Amino acid sequence: MSLNKYIIFLGCMIPYRALSYEVSARKVLQRLGVELVEMPEFNCCGLPLEPLSHEIMLILSARNLAIAEREGLNILTLCPGCAGTLKKTSRELKEDRVLRDMVNKHLSESGLKFSGSINVKHISQVLLEDVGLDRIKKTIVKPLKELVVAEHSGCHLSRPRKHIEFEDPENPKALKMLIEVTGAKCVEYIGETECCGATIAGIDDKVALSLVREKLNHIRDSGASMLITVCPSCHFMYDSNQIRVERMFGETYGIPVLHYTQLLGLAMGINVNDLGFDELRVSPAKVLDKIK
Amino acid sequence: MSKIEEIKPLRIDPKFRYEIARMPDGKNILQCFQCGTCTSDCPVARFNEKYRPRNIIRMAQLGLREKVLSSDFLWLCASCFTCTDRCPQGVEVASVIRALKNLAAIEGRIPQIFRAQLGNLLKTGYICEIPETRIRKRDSIGLPPLPKGNAEGIYRSLRDLRIMKVIGVAKA
Repeated sequence: MSLNKYIIFLGCMIPYRALSYEVSARKVLQRLGVELVEMPEFNCCGLPLEPLSHEIMLILSARNLAIAEREGLNILTLCPGCAGTLKKTSRELKEDRVLRDMVNKHLSESGLKFSGSINVKHISQVLLEDVGLDRIKKTIVKPLKELVVAEHSGCHLSRPRKHIEFEDPENPKALKMLIEVTGAKCVEYIGETECCGATIAGIDDKVALSLVREKLNHIRDSGASMLITVCPSCHFMYDSNQIRVERMFGETYGIPVLHYTQLLGLAMGINVNDLGFDELRVSPAKVLDKIK
Repeated sequence: MSKIEEIKPLRIDPKFRYEIARMPDGKNILQCFQCGTCTSDCPVARFNEKYRPRNIIRMAQLGLREKVLSSDFLWLCASCFTCTDRCPQGVEVASVIRALKNLAAIEGRIPQIFRAQLGNLLKTGYICEIPETRIRKRDSIGLPPLPKGNAEGIYRSLRDLRIMKVIGVAKA
């Protein structure tokens, strides 16, 4: 199957509150010659509803996989949660015939069928494995040598290990490599692999925001001037909720949080106005000043 | 003077752990030897004094069905899967806790947020209501129109599940 053409799976969080991620991702993928096709029909990947019912998750995921199968294209997602969930479902249904038949019975009610003929990858996996660092390097016209950044890959890019099969959850390197190719320096800090708390923000806000505070404290101490994410939910927690955390705990951060695709877009020389910077809650002015 | 509490006998369901073991990714619950790696590495447990994955697993092993399924802290698992990846006994802790939440849900114990998300899903395919301002913004920055959800198709695919009757989802 083509390594230059994918069906793009947006998920719910991107259209809801991360247009800056979507617009910058589409721009950089276009530069890299990766063609995107829209989902003809969509529903949530199922991850948020898995606490309610594993079956709901499986059926919702399988519906999307079946829709993409009809197009004969592999799926690219911008959200690691969507990628992980679709991968997990695909694997479970391929391995377990009884489960597959059960899910397909539900899907047949609306004329769909899962057969397991396509793969699912998060954009960072596509960039590393299918596009490759060499090809990305050729598109860099403005190396970001002035920038010192910290990365947060997020839980679902690598955990649980057995379903994701992408990189080592204890020592994630993918995002670091992708950052370094832009010319920026990526620093290490304490608690790099810790959760952002987004999944329990609707259950216990205080715990979720405490996790954000802990992370931002470590980043402030690391010497990085900004944080880079590849997940719309992690981004929301660290960017939009940063002001709430400052107020709640009496902290001062002012740490800009960029989607990786915005950083890459800058290094590719794409116009700042085309990369969704106006959508960020924490002002990125001090970052943009450095690279002028 | 301290108040004397009424002592209530704990109800035990000795087969509960086998029920969990039969659920997806639940089978290794029987292997847990209570080392506590899950709790010590849990990000949520650092900030909440009630949420303890090791205790939850032990309660489930001992058959304290009612006690564990009725607990609020069950819903605090953030599904980060740190415990699952680090358990030396191969217990998929986060999946066991997910199984417990699913059982609680079947009994009608469902936090409001999930009802709201499911309601949105059945209307639009998305779990959240995408505001009109976002749709207009998409258009103004040159993003393609959002893919539409097939509400009828989603409903038909889910309607036969037991959980849908528990939630009382009526046809839209």
